[in-house]
Amino acid sequence: MSDNSKGFTPSRRQFLAGAAAAGAGSAVAGAAQAAGPDPLITEVQEWASGLGDGVDATPYGMPISYESDVIRRNVEWLTADTISSINFTPIHALDGTITPQGCAFERHHSGAIDLKKEDYRLMINGLVDTPLVFSYADLERFPRENRVYFCECAANSGMEWAGAQLNGAQFTHGMIHNMEYSGVSLRTLLEEAGLGAAGDLKDKWVYVEGADASSNGRSIPMDKALDDVLVAFKANGEALRKEHGYPVRLVVPGWEGNMWVKWLRRIEVMDGPVESREETSKYTDTLEDGTSRKWTWEMDAKSVVTSPSPQSPITHGKGPLVITGLAWSGRGTITGVDVSIDGGKTWSEARLGAPGTDKALTRFYLDINWDGQEMFLQSRARDSSGYVQPTKAQLREVRGLNSIYHNNAIQTWWVKANGEAENVEVS
Amino acid sequence: MSKFPNLIAATAMASALAVPAYAEKFGLGRPALPEEIAAWDVDVSPDGTGLPDGSGDVFTGEEVFADKCAICHGDFAEGVDNWPKLAGGADTLDHEDPLKTVGSYWPHLSTTWDYVNRSMPFGAAQTLTPDEVYAIVAYILYSNDLVDDEFTLSNENFLEVQLPNAEGFIIDDRLTSEAHFWTDTPCMENCKDTVEITMRAAVLDVTPDETGLVPRAETEAAAAEEPKVEEAAAEAAPAAEPVEEVAALDPELVAAGEKVFKKCKSCHQVGDKAKNKTGPVLNGIVGATAGAVEGFRYSKAMSGAGADGLVWSEGELAAFLAKPKKYMKKTKMSFAGLKKDADIEAVIAYLKSFDG
Repeated sequence: MSDNSKGFTPSRRQFLAGAAAAGAGSAVAGAAQAAGPDPLITEVQEWASGLGDGVDATPYGMPISYESDVIRRNVEWLTADTISSINFTPIHALDGTITPQGCAFERHHSGAIDLKKEDYRLMINGLVDTPLVFSYADLERFPRENRVYFCECAANSGMEWAGAQLNGAQFTHGMIHNMEYSGVSLRTLLEEAGLGAAGDLKDKWVYVEGADASSNGRSIPMDKALDDVLVAFKANGEALRKEHGYPVRLVVPGWEGNMWVKWLRRIEVMDGPVESREETSKYTDTLEDGTSRKWTWEMDAKSVVTSPSPQSPITHGKGPLVITGLAWSGRGTITGVDVSIDGGKTWSEARLGAPGTDKALTRFYLDINWDGQEMFLQSRARDSSGYVQPTKAQLREVRGLNSIYHNNAIQTWWVKANGEAENVEVS
Repeated sequence: MSKFPNLIAATAMASALAVPAYAEKFGLGRPALPEEIAAWDVDVSPDGTGLPDGSGDVFTGEEVFADKCAICHGDFAEGVDNWPKLAGGADTLDHEDPLKTVGSYWPHLSTTWDYVNRSMPFGAAQTLTPDEVYAIVAYILYSNDLVDDEFTLSNENFLEVQLPNAEGFIIDDRLTSEAHFWTDTPCMENCKDTVEITMRAAVLDVTPDETGLVPRAETEAAAAEEPKVEEAAAEAAPAAEPVEEVAALDPELVAAGEKVFKKCKSCHQVGDKAKNKTGPVLNGIVGATAGAVEGFRYSKAMSGAGADGLVWSEGELAAFLAKPKKYMKKTKMSFAGLKKDADIEAVIAYLKSFDG
């Protein structure tokens, strides 16, 4: 084992745990002969004889304790405290595309607030025919839509701009989740207030604002506001979690997560952008010459291999290996994902778990027969706009090294012969 | 070469701006009252729309800033620890690691006024008067050398102030500057000759390795929260001297304290594997001499107080936790304090369960 993987003893622990689990202390891979009869089979186990929990043992079920390492984690040195901070979805340990709410990343600017449905109010004001106030109960009476969308923080992978930093897909790519939202289209609510007063809608904006102390607010051009933006109150079938904006959040499909205002309390139709803090001093992209891009809303096509990866090493030795990961694009659907095991010399088209859907996560698989040699694993997403996920070198060529947000570069995992993986950059 | 035109076509086709003149109404909600709109609609735009009448000078701003902002942002807006720096960084935007502050980066002064007014101070947002906001903004301008110390900012002269980086922004140009990423035929074979590692995360070693990645045996025990508390108390019992106190630890209070401790966790650790982080390890802190945790670099104020005999009795600790900076003016602990007595009591009980 490499001494250099010092930062990740847990992977070694998991590695050993996995090897032990492979059967009676034998780490021999594949369908090798058993050393002897497996007591898990030959001896009557307690669970096969006694009784399990009754119903209602957990009125709201949590994952079984053996899965208790599948949790959100933060990176302490990133922020001054945990109130205005972010944590990361354990994407290395999930499969499929839907992110369970309980482990979906959180990002707060003034902490996750406690806001009851009864105390919830949503105001629409500004250039509308009739400024309105809705209660939560009012919102439930509008026609509803169900849509699955990814929400990615613009800073996802931001720590990787200058070089390979964090050793795990959770930390490099975990500022993302993908949920099925139920809610009312923003268009419906704006039409309820009436847009006649706004005149020509082409140059109009809506400013959306949260009820928490950060008062996080973003300006959204009217075109987008009337297109696919949702005022959501359920995710994955149940109420939004407190940390995701209970009882109501905005869903701005394909656009950076900061615009998905939580605890949404106000929508103002305006004739220009507010240029608030979160759309000027933050979430802008400084280029090499010192000028900065603003209004970089769309999240470009991106992908990452979630397993194997530093937190999800190969524990079974050579032979059949499932390489899997996630791909997404804020500009449409994922049309294909290519995977390379040699650091980008050659690429194979991966199998999509299901056809890509608009602005939602797509799961991909590449099933290989691993020869036990080291690999440089990469994935490359393609989307319906014709965009191909670039390398980090390509991005740096345009944007320089001082960017923070919108790093959608191809990620490389160096998978070693022992199955452990490390975040690296390659030429 | 590129599918870029397709994208434009698709965007144009998908334009959502056509709103039917007579959109169906549901008659839901109620008209917003003027007082309600006035209470919530307080955003300020670059052209000054939304600014209330008022004014504040640099001198007043310095006082208000020292009182309400300096705990995080520093007396001179230079930033404490990881909290944002508000001043400095002029002409660094095209350097490596630019310093982005109000003075060096923010394009509009309205943004500063709006943000201070709506979102600050951290933990007490929307408590400032308009005059205080004008004064704070005037002081931030002063600390960036953009105005002199005689300056008074008001709604009258607001638009006269230009920030240095006002012209420093361009609208997203990815569709043109990155048009080459829209390519029909990505390379599939012989895409490069060699692959060499140029950088390794393990060498840098900044990945968190203690938060959460717990071996299974430990998490199983930790999963059920109550047994954990009992365990901690049981462990503490034989080792601790004041046996009565330990016995008196109320498991519910300890559990409540564990929750309160979340506010402390970004800087402090407790328990078996605790290490000094931004703040010292807190095992056995109740009853210990102040400023005495080995290997931690305290403020002079804290180590001095310890040398003078300050012991963290429950009473002293409670007073410190209520208002750290008031209790000890120069402490490094940049925490505003626990407002509720119940929280203080609970967190002290929690800390007592780690008697080190």
